[in-house]
Amino acid sequence: MDADQLMEKDKSTIDGETTVISIRNLKKSFDSNVVLNGIDLDILRGENIAVLGRSGSGKSVLIKIISGLLKPDSGTVKVLGQEVDKINGKALQALRLKIGFSFQSSALYDSMSVRENLAFPLIRNKRNLKTKEVNIAIEAVLNDVGLSKTINQMPSELSGGQRKRIGIARTLIMKPEIMLYDEPTSGLDPITCIEINNLIVKVQQQYNASSIIITHDLTCAKATANKVTMIVEGKFLIPGTFEAIFNKENPVTKIFYDYNFINSK
Amino acid sequence: MEPDTENIEVLPRQKYFLSKKMDNFFTAIYSVNKFILQYFKEAFSTPFEFKELINQCYQVGCKSLPLISLTGFITGLVFTKQSRPSLAEFGATSWLPSLISIAVIRALAPLVTALIVAGKVGSNVGAELGSMKVTEQIDAMEVSGTNPFKFLVVTRISAVTLMLPVLVLYSGLVGMLGAYLNIHQNELTSFPAFINSAFKTISFLDIISSIFKATCYGFTIGVAGCYQGYFAKNGTKGVGMAANTAVVLSMFLIFVEEMVIVQFVNAIR
Repeated sequence: MDADQLMEKDKSTIDGETTVISIRNLKKSFDSNVVLNGIDLDILRGENIAVLGRSGSGKSVLIKIISGLLKPDSGTVKVLGQEVDKINGKALQALRLKIGFSFQSSALYDSMSVRENLAFPLIRNKRNLKTKEVNIAIEAVLNDVGLSKTINQMPSELSGGQRKRIGIARTLIMKPEIMLYDEPTSGLDPITCIEINNLIVKVQQQYNASSIIITHDLTCAKATANKVTMIVEGKFLIPGTFEAIFNKENPVTKIFYDYNFINSK
Repeated sequence: MEPDTENIEVLPRQKYFLSKKMDNFFTAIYSVNKFILQYFKEAFSTPFEFKELINQCYQVGCKSLPLISLTGFITGLVFTKQSRPSLAEFGATSWLPSLISIAVIRALAPLVTALIVAGKVGSNVGAELGSMKVTEQIDAMEVSGTNPFKFLVVTRISAVTLMLPVLVLYSGLVGMLGAYLNIHQNELTSFPAFINSAFKTISFLDIISSIFKATCYGFTIGVAGCYQGYFAKNGTKGVGMAANTAVVLSMFLIFVEEMVIVQFVNAIR
């Protein structure tokens, strides 16, 4: 399946009424460096949105705030109806079980095998599960990401693409309602990128999950997202379809478009 | 009278409260205290991580046994060998068991064991947590609904704190065995006579103070290793720094604590 075919993905999963993530006037600075300067965003259930932007523009900071890893300076971030920075530790822990976070570096536990990596969130959060049930869940997600044969391997024995997919599998095992992808295709070859893009779309369709995809890769954004937006000087461009955003009239988006689709040819 | 504001020399705004080094020092003290408070808060709140605690006790305790056995044995043996000539001058070699037992139980076993554990376990904990930090594994743990502080930090600090007294007692016994072998070889002292002579001079306070010292040292090693690792930054360089600082800081603090506890114990003896 190539990028254009992926664009024809089934968008019927989007629920036009339920907002799963609602961000209003979000601001975040590190010392004197203003990273996010009044971000507004709404994401509907089953919707994928790609967030583009230059390195250091605050894309990763945004999803770290959504998952509660960072606290905003001001503004509100509501995830599944709860204000992430206002709820207590236990409520945040419960909320996080509904959020999958795929790290740029995969962040697999390198002292554990693939099986143990996948079992870890399940065993720790659903303590009454039997070993057989855990094994069935592990096999199911490994099947979903197409890496059943790696079950007993260590992370150091996997390729970059495999590590990314196992990282995604580790989040899928908890059946998240929201997926946050941090640079899912960075540093991968084009074929592996297409595999990851397919997987992101599959997750959207199969799990009806809403996703935020942080990326520099416009092919990935085009292939996986229903909407695209870009962080420019701490603020979002108004989210729209890929074609609407990259109308080539905006000088900032033009550079991204030209670099990805014209200079590379 | 209006002040002459035009001729007032405007000093640059002071960036630090005292100086950069002093500010960093006090900030670090505050940060470590906060870390220790969080340890106690998490250690006594549910859910308890018993399985991981036992795993860490095994890693710290059982896996250190060969090294502790060797160093403890050599310490007892060498200390006996070096002490003999001085006592022999006064014809007092019969005092060797008492001298050795006091030295080993009161000072050598806790200190040598703590230094060995600081080198082995402190560096291991610092490097392991540091590596997990810089590769975002700790963040991954947090977003997957696990409290990384409780799972990684509380279990490790508790394991070192619990295991070090056990290792110190074990090291003391092995050290005494080393001493006995040397004494038996030279003075042909029987084992019951050695035991009788050695333990006659050891009081309950000596053993309790030894265990207390070991507990303090264990806690120090655990906190230093975990703190350095948990807040590691700057990639692989940071991991190396975390491991290195954990060991150096632990060793320094162990000597400071030794000095303080000895004063305290001597005062109540």
